[in-house]
Amino acid sequence: MKRMVVLCVSFVLCLAVTGVSAETIKLGVAGPHSGDLAPYGIPTMRAAQLVVKQINEQGGVLGKQVELLIQDDQCNPNIATNVATRLVSDGAHVVLGHICSGATRAALGTYREAKIPVMSPSATNPPLTQSGEYPNFFRTIASDDMQAKLAVDYALNSLGVKKVAVLHDRGDYGRGFAEFAKQALDEKEIEVVLFEGITPGAMDYSSIIQRVRREGADSLIFGGYHPEASKLVTQLERRRVDAVFISDDGVKDESFLNVAGSAAEGAYMTGPKDLSALPLNKAAVDAFQAAYGAEPGAFFQEGYAAALALLNAVQKAGSTDYDAVVNALRTEYVETPVGLIKFDEKGDAEGVGFSMFKVENGTFVEMQ
Amino acid sequence: MLQDFKQSLVVSLWFVFLTFPLLVVRVNTIENVVVWRWSNILWVAIGSFVLSYFWRFLLLRRNRRQKQAEEGIASYGPLQAALDNILLRNRAMAVLLVLALIFPLIFDTYQTNIMVTALIFVVLGLGLNIGVGLAGLLDLGYVAFFGVGAYSYAILNYYFDLGFWIVLPIGGILGCLFGIVLGFPILRLRGDYLAIVTLGFGMIFKVMMENWETLSLGPSGIANIDRPGFFGVQMSLAQSTTYIYYIMIALVVLTIIVTNRLKNSRVGRAWIALREDEIACVAMGIDMARTKLSAYALGAFWAGIVGVIFAAKTTFINPASFTFMESAIILSIVVLGGMGSILGVILGAFILVLLPEYLRAFSEYRMLVFGAAMVLMMIFRPQGLISNLRQIYQYKGTKDKTAHD
Amino acid sequence: MEYFLELFFSGLTRGSIYALIALGYTMVYGIIQLINFAHGEIYMIGAFVALIVAGVCTIYGLSGFAILILAAAIAAVYAAAYGYTLEKIAYRPLRGSPRLSPLISAIGMSIFLQNYVLLAQTPDFLPFPRLIPDFAFMDDVAHIIGSPELVILVTTLITMVLLTLLIKKTRVGKAMRATQQDLNMARLVGINVDRVISLTFVIGSVLAAIGGVLVASYIGQVSFYIGFLAGIKAFTAAVLGGIGSIPGAVLGGLIIGWSESFAAGYISSDYEDVLTFVLLVVILIVRPAGILGKVRKQKV
Repeated sequence: MKRMVVLCVSFVLCLAVTGVSAETIKLGVAGPHSGDLAPYGIPTMRAAQLVVKQINEQGGVLGKQVELLIQDDQCNPNIATNVATRLVSDGAHVVLGHICSGATRAALGTYREAKIPVMSPSATNPPLTQSGEYPNFFRTIASDDMQAKLAVDYALNSLGVKKVAVLHDRGDYGRGFAEFAKQALDEKEIEVVLFEGITPGAMDYSSIIQRVRREGADSLIFGGYHPEASKLVTQLERRRVDAVFISDDGVKDESFLNVAGSAAEGAYMTGPKDLSALPLNKAAVDAFQAAYGAEPGAFFQEGYAAALALLNAVQKAGSTDYDAVVNALRTEYVETPVGLIKFDEKGDAEGVGFSMFKVENGTFVEMQ
Repeated sequence: MLQDFKQSLVVSLWFVFLTFPLLVVRVNTIENVVVWRWSNILWVAIGSFVLSYFWRFLLLRRNRRQKQAEEGIASYGPLQAALDNILLRNRAMAVLLVLALIFPLIFDTYQTNIMVTALIFVVLGLGLNIGVGLAGLLDLGYVAFFGVGAYSYAILNYYFDLGFWIVLPIGGILGCLFGIVLGFPILRLRGDYLAIVTLGFGMIFKVMMENWETLSLGPSGIANIDRPGFFGVQMSLAQSTTYIYYIMIALVVLTIIVTNRLKNSRVGRAWIALREDEIACVAMGIDMARTKLSAYALGAFWAGIVGVIFAAKTTFINPASFTFMESAIILSIVVLGGMGSILGVILGAFILVLLPEYLRAFSEYRMLVFGAAMVLMMIFRPQGLISNLRQIYQYKGTKDKTAHD
Repeated sequence: MEYFLELFFSGLTRGSIYALIALGYTMVYGIIQLINFAHGEIYMIGAFVALIVAGVCTIYGLSGFAILILAAAIAAVYAAAYGYTLEKIAYRPLRGSPRLSPLISAIGMSIFLQNYVLLAQTPDFLPFPRLIPDFAFMDDVAHIIGSPELVILVTTLITMVLLTLLIKKTRVGKAMRATQQDLNMARLVGINVDRVISLTFVIGSVLAAIGGVLVASYIGQVSFYIGFLAGIKAFTAAVLGGIGSIPGAVLGGLIIGWSESFAAGYISSDYEDVLTFVLLVVILIVRPAGILGKVRKQKV
């Protein structure tokens, strides 16, 4: 029993440490900060830290300092609900996160009941906003169906594809993209010769690539992330399959270029519009480079924008009251690294869009 | 002394060699830069040097204890001794129960929520304990039954709007049925063959849920599952968390009682006998198929029930929640806690669920520590935290009676 | 027909990698009846070390096939060292304890090694240089079987032959076979059983590392996570072929490689994993000890 007592005592101590301090605006940040998906979550966390540091130096929000509550959800839906409960009971006023669509969806119910506005820089699953189930949810990135529609339109109008193979990684995000793409193709009555999932992390995808060739597809639309995408394009090249590779935002990552190398040449993918010309965007990236000496990673600008938008809304609302903040998000424009934005009724940012990119000479080039 | 020093020196050199490419060199093949992190060598060298002393000391102590145990010198730890004392045990149990009951009143919603997760794993551990601990059937796909329960609630709630309390038994029964259906073909398999086949079932379940879009909504999962109802009362998040907490406490108590009774029942003894020696057991006239199936099905039953509660608690499930990692953790709970021992399994669940949760501070190193802890635990306490003592029945004489006479 | 051949060679390539890893499982199991769950991580570490060696070499100006050999050699040495240490730390102290303890220890080791590489290197995918050149004479059939596949198949074949010779013809091999048959009897006739067990781990790890290097240069990327799925598949292969049996592991690997490849090619890649495991269950029901496994009569 002694051990139980020790256990209990240590719990109490743990709790005592997390004391509550008043008079700050609490910004919760949730996302994967450890594990294999950490590269998607850490840039947003750092963006929030940079924004908060800057705002606090300028006197904070409503005269109060902003405090960050950072929680790691590992993109696991179950952990995400625990994290959400944790943020709610720690008294977060607004939450920046989560990163993965699945985790976001799992956590949103908790925030909704606690009346906390949540803004994700990266959860692109359409129903999150379009179902209308989560009035407290906002995002600074466009949804998957927009991406898929853009990709298909581009493939039809600019590339003139006739026979399309659609693959996905069976995940929430990838499958969603693939399905919207298929829907769009069906509407245009373009033949989809193959619609299948591949196992992420499998050793190779040569069999399915053989199948793509056999079906005579002239293009391959893939929904998923860059590790699988680089395997696919490598094998397309090795197997001498002559199909255009078209994919999504999850593939538009430096790693894709590095890993796939020459095989990546000529691949198309959607991605947030290139905004590096915007002064605020440049300032954000510079601030990151000054602090960490590296290129900011995935969703950094969206994360930065979301942190700014949330804190701006609190400022404009004059309080942390849920209705006032939500109202401010919907009515007040805010200058961010992704442009001048405000949010529509459903929670999608107006003025945020995607464009098509092509890999040329080892870089992403925006297509007009 | 010098010997020890030499040995530790060799160990530390070996580890420097071993960790050299991974810890010291970091190549960036894109910019063609090599980063040499020489300082890491120093840490590895010092660390492994010191740890090797500890390692030897602990091994020595362990071996001494083992020898003592073999020679019959009772090496009861104070904990074990305390457990044998019935009076003390009852009191401790009462205190624990009271603590458990007032827990949500003292702590905030977050702590209660974590506690619910821990309790869910307690029940999972106790369920798996029936198969692994008592009957010796190694199951690496236990999470599939958990998933069956969770999905049966999610699906019935989503399509037919059925409530929590109706589905709770249905989930259990469905889990049980799955256990029987899957149990049949693998009855003939033994030991590690059973392990790989159950592992396969676990993976098949996940793939089916990902692909069977019309039933399970695919990888995007089912959201907005109803929380348990209480005569139609509207509850806030905090209230319903507390409510689920009490449901879980009730379920844990029920599970403990049932498994405890089962353990000492006719069928429980048959399980243990089967674990110890299958052939002797069959020769004694125990129906092997029925006994094994009942263990498998009962384990699956608890997983199904607790799956329903899991779905109601998170209000969102997707196939990614039911991976091999979960199965591995549940199995670790059973083995770490002490196979066959109920108290051990409970402790194991608390440690494995709460440790990563409170280790958040070391977030990056959390899983590293977790893995190392599992190894160390097995080496230095292979019988688990609390070893399962066979019940000993002793004739205590009739002193009391004679005194009365 | 051509399509069939394409799938056949895809499956063969994949299967031979599974076989290389499965050999490690089956040899260890044959001797100490332990599922070495961390074996997949040894494969991953082999690939990672090769990546680092290749990276350093490229930067310092070496190139081509020489790097591949050098990287593979160093990777094999390190994998062997890790395998040896793994056995010494996580399994040897557990000899004679209940069957499940080493299994849990192995799962713990697997988690530990994954996170060790993650922290020491990177959570991201790293590009692995393409060390296998495209042979000109393969150009006409490159869509059926490419140069990397050819290299993988030839290497695997050579490795298998060497392994068979080692086990059948050498003194050490004899000791290994004896230990596999009966550990205690082997000890009684003067075989240093501990050394044989260590050696088994070393050989298994070298095979896994070779597999790791081949796969990494074939698909061109490495991450700390690649060991998990490959490990599970290879383990399935070992069980399918009859765990403990060396030809069984090879056969099992090839069967799984082909079943995945043909399933993806002719039916649907959605269900390739399901098919693999259904196949496993069916075979185990018909032959409870695997295809080539010997049913050990239990003596009472």
